[in-house]
Amino acid sequence: MTSSSRRYTIPGSDPARLVTSANPVGRRDFLRTGAAIASAAVSGVVGAAVPARAAESAAPWQKVPGTPAGAYGQPSEFEKSVTRHVIRAYPEIAPGVGSTLSPIQSFHGTITPSGLHFVRNHNGTPSIDPAQHRLLIHGLVKRPLMFTVAALSRYPTITRTYFIECAGNSGRNLAPQPQQISAGVLHGLISNTEWTGIPLSLLLEEAGLEPGAAWLLAEGADSASMSRSVPMEKALDDAMIALYQNGERLRPDQGYPVRLFLPGWEGNMNVKWLRRLKVTDGPTHTKDETSKYTDPLRDGKALQFTYEMGVKSVITQPSSGMKLDGYGFHEISGMAWSGAGRIRRVEVSTDGGTTWKDAALHGQQLSKSVVRFRFPWEWNGAPAVLQSRATDEKGNVQPARAVWLARYAVDARFHNNSIASWELGADGSVKNVYA
Amino acid sequence: MFTPERLAGVVIVAGLMSSCATSRTEESLPSARPNLGLAADPTLVSAWDISIPPNGAGLPPGSGTAKQGALVYVAKCQSCHGERGAGKPMDALVGGIGSLATDKPVRTVGSFWPYATTLFDYVRRAMPTTAPMSLTNEEVYAVSAYILNINGIVGENDIMNAQTLAGVKMPNRDGFISDWPARRR
Ligand code: HEC
Repeated sequence: MTSSSRRYTIPGSDPARLVTSANPVGRRDFLRTGAAIASAAVSGVVGAAVPARAAESAAPWQKVPGTPAGAYGQPSEFEKSVTRHVIRAYPEIAPGVGSTLSPIQSFHGTITPSGLHFVRNHNGTPSIDPAQHRLLIHGLVKRPLMFTVAALSRYPTITRTYFIECAGNSGRNLAPQPQQISAGVLHGLISNTEWTGIPLSLLLEEAGLEPGAAWLLAEGADSASMSRSVPMEKALDDAMIALYQNGERLRPDQGYPVRLFLPGWEGNMNVKWLRRLKVTDGPTHTKDETSKYTDPLRDGKALQFTYEMGVKSVITQPSSGMKLDGYGFHEISGMAWSGAGRIRRVEVSTDGGTTWKDAALHGQQLSKSVVRFRFPWEWNGAPAVLQSRATDEKGNVQPARAVWLARYAVDARFHNNSIASWELGADGSVKNVYA
Repeated sequence: MFTPERLAGVVIVAGLMSSCATSRTEESLPSARPNLGLAADPTLVSAWDISIPPNGAGLPPGSGTAKQGALVYVAKCQSCHGERGAGKPMDALVGGIGSLATDKPVRTVGSFWPYATTLFDYVRRAMPTTAPMSLTNEEVYAVSAYILNINGIVGENDIMNAQTLAGVKMPNRDGFISDWPARRR
């Protein structure tokens, strides 16, 4: 046996032996190990005498019948820790006001499972009977129209994969001191889903726009009656009346049975439980486009109607709270997206932004949709600061933290797309830092 | 997550990576016009139409003063927004006028909101969170007048109604810069 095969361990049995500080295993070593095991298996020389029953070498779950499939599939019982992080600012008096963040540190592809989609509610998720729900289109239209969900479900639909991100995402990373919480709790107000629905332009055409029709007021049927103004240009461009999420009806938390979807624009505008679209000649200046979801600047003024979500990326593996189990090979991986279009490039730095190298982009690289980036890395055991920087097809580059901070007021909390940093300690622990 | 077992997988995937072609076929938009919407009844439309733009269009009949609104406030708002709108546990509804350009900005209805119509619109549709839409239009006018009054924006006996509310000039009316149509950032 070669020295490398002696270091082979059954996955999970003793990973520390695989990568030791004295002798980090290289990738060639590992392949050689694999080849040795495979040839031993073929020639049948592994192990001693042939057992009387196959059971002796079988896993426990090979020897009892499994559970019959249930009506609705659930994740493995061993994945129970992969859940959303629930934040309720006022659990007693206003439990429905708050956010629920996606565990992005546990995600590996690009699609967000529906049950792990982030939620930001202003007064809870309503329980809507689709038979009683209606969508009204009125205002500056020739024919005010009322749609049942059954009628909407007969319309021709389109299917698109888009991210949606809350404007308040990464607001927690603007706290005076870096918070030692997971990537999901810091940056998890982002999800990426295949949406199916009706182009909004089609319904507006049927209603017939009157001269002066320049904006929409969109209103939800929740108990906040969440409302936002939407420029007509967006409504006639790629706006969608979404009915389905990842192939099934929208989840209640995502607006069942009907939501407005505005690709690439701040989450709050994608009005859930959509009940009313009023065509107007100007913005309505609702509470959530004046008091909140506006971006205060240093001079006391505030930007209003900042719709497009900025180009952004975050490293999810490794990330805050994780621990690398030995040096040697590690894959750095994360998510990148832009409200302006496709991600063209993601660079990774392991020295706090001094030098950058291109990461590989994975998954379908669609407009206004999450891509996964991956970067193979040999960690030499020295402390490091990991960062990622995304560039989109329009040439927008994710800003450095200092550049972002210089632009906004001290208490700004929305649209933080600045570069995030993880510090890797010599012991392999990963911390959130401001770099 | 970062365990060596993943190594084998990574090595194999790395080889395939370069051959991953991206598919970018987008379907064309549907051209059918099903016309399945029903003509909406005008009475129903006006009953549903509760949004109020800055010019006050659509404000309902009714009126109220800060004096009347103080009673509504104590009974229905104070438990969450504090005495005289001081805040805690929820948003403060008073204060901060003149603070926005300082290093301790305080953003409230009084210091930050550009239009008083938004106050009427929002309170009517969403407050109190425990019983949204439970206030009468009179109560909404009155409690809006109260919040404007504790911010020093209207007098205690000023009548707020469909005509006067839209005419209230909020201190931060000119404090916003529209980012739409989008500018490159
Ligand atoms: C049970 C608690 C509760 C009560 C009672 C309540 N509110 Fe609120 N209020 C809230 C919460 C929670 C929010 C924030 C909602 C959100 O996140 O969208 C809020 C927000 C507001 C705001 C917006 C503040 C800002 O600056 O953005 C106003 C104005 C307001 N309430 C007025 C009222 C009035 C007037 C009443 C009484 C009629 C009232 N509230 C009663 C919980 C309450």
